[in-house]
Amino acid sequence: MSAATTGIPAATTAGAAAPTDRPRRPRRSDRGRQEARLGLLLCAPAVLVLVAVVGYPILQAVWDSLYSYKLTNPDARRFVGLENYALILSDPIWWQALWVTVLITVVTVVVELVLGFALALVMNNALGSLRPALRTAILIPYAIITVVSAFAFRFMFDITSGFVNTWLPFVPDDLDWFASFGTAVTVISISEIWKTTPFISLLLLSGLAQVPGELQEAAKVDGATWWQRMRRVTIPNMKAAIMVALLFRTLDAFRIFDNIFIMTNGAAGTESVSFLAYRQTIQRLEIGIGSAVSVLLTVCVALIALLFVKGFKVNLAASTRAGR
Amino acid sequence: MRTRTKVWWWVGGLLIFAYCLFPVAWIVSLSLKAPSDLDNGSFLPSAVSWQNYQLVLTGDASGLFLPALRNSVGICLIATAISVVLAALCAYAVARLDFPGKALVLGLALGVSMFPVISIVTPLFNIWRTIGLFDTWPGLIIPYLSITLPLSIWTLSAFFREIPWEMEQAAQVDGATTAQAFRKVIVPLAGPGVATTAIIAFFLAWNDFVYGISLTSTERARPVPAALAFFTGASQFEEPTGAISAAAVIVTVPVVVLVLLFQRQIVAGLTQGAVKG
Repeated sequence: MSAATTGIPAATTAGAAAPTDRPRRPRRSDRGRQEARLGLLLCAPAVLVLVAVVGYPILQAVWDSLYSYKLTNPDARRFVGLENYALILSDPIWWQALWVTVLITVVTVVVELVLGFALALVMNNALGSLRPALRTAILIPYAIITVVSAFAFRFMFDITSGFVNTWLPFVPDDLDWFASFGTAVTVISISEIWKTTPFISLLLLSGLAQVPGELQEAAKVDGATWWQRMRRVTIPNMKAAIMVALLFRTLDAFRIFDNIFIMTNGAAGTESVSFLAYRQTIQRLEIGIGSAVSVLLTVCVALIALLFVKGFKVNLAASTRAGR
Repeated sequence: MRTRTKVWWWVGGLLIFAYCLFPVAWIVSLSLKAPSDLDNGSFLPSAVSWQNYQLVLTGDASGLFLPALRNSVGICLIATAISVVLAALCAYAVARLDFPGKALVLGLALGVSMFPVISIVTPLFNIWRTIGLFDTWPGLIIPYLSITLPLSIWTLSAFFREIPWEMEQAAQVDGATTAQAFRKVIVPLAGPGVATTAIIAFFLAWNDFVYGISLTSTERARPVPAALAFFTGASQFEEPTGAISAAAVIVTVPVVVLVLLFQRQIVAGLTQGAVKG
């Protein structure tokens, strides 16, 4: 099969035949069938790998979560139905972990959105040689390993090796940031925000570029203030970009693990849901309970995604089609 | 724009530089402090010392760090290569062919990329122990695909949509063979997108901590981020702060170089998948 026979891009065929062509034909032509078969064949390896590395483990987790199963005593494995779930949901440890996760997610995503928007505005208005330089600089936090960022902030706030207590006039020099919940969560959030705001601001920057310049000009001519233009023209026109950024970051923040592991190791009540799943499975070898926590976490993430897609009407398909 | 407004945008720009570089500068400064200087309470070292780098590269901590570096580079490169190849086939079909289930493929990739990694770790931990993949390279390469493959499919599909594929026919009409048309037309057009995707996928794998800490137990397969968490001081009363900082700087340098070289493409790759770039 040479490239010439299959090669006409889908886009051009659809475009040329547009007037008579309905979007979904009930019957495909021979060539169409051939093209469909090739398409499926090319996608098959990637799809199979994805299903194997994600789908299979998840089913296994659902299965394991129905058993009382400890690796230290594998012979005592027995079917317990939903008992693990009942145990977890009636335990304050789960609710504390969920609360920490939701708290960190909400705080970091809100701060990141505001800060990311400010960064995007500056980059959008930066002149000349400053703009590419800024875009390079902003990629550095993105490219740095989360664990490295966590260590940098941990040492910064650390009571012996740090300098923050000396620098900040309003905190006592012997403040141990990681000893109590409020301060520990603050430092964890700062590290998380530092590392991931660039991603949001780049998404918002590309959203800003989509706002029609004529609209801005028209509003200016009509005497709208900067703030009015921002609220009535800029933000409504980049709603899609904002929602996509929010969705990605919310789901990402909800699985927070690295920063907590490095900074507090779950102490001071800072255990997140991901950390709880890790501790049950890897440290305590409670496969049954750990799997149940994992399944619950997956359900939470799915619910958040559903809320965004149905509730806020984020159309991911449309926003990616816009890339054409 | 008025001069005063201009000045304010410059100030904003400089603040962004400070924001991006401050923690990096701090970890570099920390790595240059001698052990006795670590607690000096100030940002900069009193005197520059290379002791920490010696410790990590040739000294006590090298037994932990160097194998981890080898593991990280090897595992991430292999995972990146596999996912870019698989994703290229898939993205070619998504961008160029008309077939049922196209939206489903992209939806699957998106769903997998949003998946909480720890939920895959729990079952894998048990399965890997049973079939002997625990603490091996393949034992990390396979789960890394769950991070790198969805992103590669997504990003490459966006890049491939932008390619003027008609040029291939044009070249053939002009008398080029299929192989020539591919080598001289398609490779230069698709190359930058593939390279960018590979870099972003590599970053994601390089950044992983959850799989690394859960599915390894020794230097055989433990990657750098997990190894950093295992550093210990010279004595049990000594924090390994300096060694960790030096190791952190060493693993950060290559990614910063990549960012400097491919800045424009990386930005395009990051945003194109999600929003029109």
